[in-house]
Amino acid sequence: MKARAREILRVERLSKTFGGRVPACSAVSFSLRQGEVLGIVGESGSGKSTLLRCLAGRIQPDEGKVLIASDDHIIDLWTMDEASREQFLPTTVSLIHQNPRDGLRLDISAGGNIAEPLMAAGGRHYGSLRTTALEWLQKVDIEKRRIDDLPEIFSGGMQQRLQIARGLATHPRLVLMDEPTGGLDVSVQAKLLDLLRSLVRELGIAVVVVTHDIGVARLLADRLMVMQRGRVIEEGLTDQVLDDPHHAYTQLLVSSVLQG
Amino acid sequence: MGIDLAFDDHGVYSFAYLDEMTKRMIRRAILKAVAVPGYQVPFGSREMPLPPGWGTGGLQVTASLLGREDMLKVIDQGADDTTNAISIRRFFARVAGVATTERTGEATVIQTRHRIPERALTEDQIIVFQQPQPEPLRRFIPHEVVARKLHAFAQYGVMYVRLYEDISRLGHVAMSSDYPVIVNGRYLASPSPIPKFDNPKLHRSRALALFGAGRERRIHAIPPFTDVKSLDFVDHPFTVQHFESCCSLCGAQDSYLDEILLDDGGRRAFVCSDTAYCAEQRGERTKS
Repeated sequence: MKARAREILRVERLSKTFGGRVPACSAVSFSLRQGEVLGIVGESGSGKSTLLRCLAGRIQPDEGKVLIASDDHIIDLWTMDEASREQFLPTTVSLIHQNPRDGLRLDISAGGNIAEPLMAAGGRHYGSLRTTALEWLQKVDIEKRRIDDLPEIFSGGMQQRLQIARGLATHPRLVLMDEPTGGLDVSVQAKLLDLLRSLVRELGIAVVVVTHDIGVARLLADRLMVMQRGRVIEEGLTDQVLDDPHHAYTQLLVSSVLQG
Repeated sequence: MGIDLAFDDHGVYSFAYLDEMTKRMIRRAILKAVAVPGYQVPFGSREMPLPPGWGTGGLQVTASLLGREDMLKVIDQGADDTTNAISIRRFFARVAGVATTERTGEATVIQTRHRIPERALTEDQIIVFQQPQPEPLRRFIPHEVVARKLHAFAQYGVMYVRLYEDISRLGHVAMSSDYPVIVNGRYLASPSPIPKFDNPKLHRSRALALFGAGRERRIHAIPPFTDVKSLDFVDHPFTVQHFESCCSLCGAQDSYLDEILLDDGGRRAFVCSDTAYCAEQRGERTKS
């Protein structure tokens, strides 16, 4: 029997309230192991993105813990000081935005975009930065000769693939994706999902993917968490949750998908 | 605190133009800047009798440094005899009554715009730079709060993006002046718009270097004998400009040269940008 993969992320009773009265997340707990993909589904305003931002170090939760595995010990993200957090996060956690324009620098070349997080992590050898950038362009199916082009002139799908390359090039342990296929047309979405699936398997990273698209969740996620009004109302294996939804809201969500 | 005055034909000035409390405030900023090499210390920049961008920062730093015994030299692009250099030198001769010189070796305080003298500075000299933009990250990070956080966390990856982009497009780093440096292994700093030719002179310099930015209200410092490293990649090391010709006046081969057009036919000559150095090389006695 294979030993269970290492636990990468554990969230304990995480709560965040906006304006003192609107709870965006209430006592959310879950854990995630290496190579596992957790999908978070729910409608707009259910607290998915807030949860993701708390994990990414962008918003401080009011209560609860975010524990992330480092090389040899566990790090409590929100009790460490800001300087250590800013040093720890870029090499460990990577956030892929729904809109690639939020995650890319449009005024620097594609290669520069991939190299930037590597240089931030201390990469000081131009030749090897260049090689890494070329490798990643190939991995995400962008022609190598586009390396010095500005992402501004890329199509939406290419920009999103470039953002993924930039996010993964530093070999993060944990990747957080906020609606990675939102705003793309269906055929491009399908290609991107294929790419994400193979990369996740190949690299064995832990992924949290937030989506409102049940199809995306079914394709990518091993496990699923359904959120409503800041609470986790149902969770389990993806097929189990989607094929046999127990909670009334999950049933509504599943039945709302247009049947092709 | 007694009031220190300077007199001339036109009337009475507070010594070196600024009032004593202002000079004290600026000296405190300078002390802090020296204590934290490369860190930009905010100070309350005053209105000066010349427009911002003409050296108000350097002027205020110099004003708070000068004592009656000091010997002042002012250069602009290396030259002692340009309008800006002459007017600043005359300004201090008038409001502080200090002696002035054109010889680098004689000066105790050297205020400069865009050059470091060729002659090596000594430990009893202070060089004051006029600096338009003290924040090297400004070109990439328009947001002040973000830039300060990057300094606090020593996250300078974004600066290397510029180097990467230049090398990938042009084969070399295209910044020839105001080339960013890491001071004392910690803070990223701008050396002011000196040619990168002068960057190596800052490394372990015997003289104290002070940078005053009047409009941006910042002072930073490179104390004597401090490590100053220009940014580079391992496989693309930092290099300085090289000139194929020598100075057509003094024949110097080791100085930074200005190109001068001689006529409409396109004839040109190269001469030392450091006029005092050129004169010394020619063995002339310069005016003091």
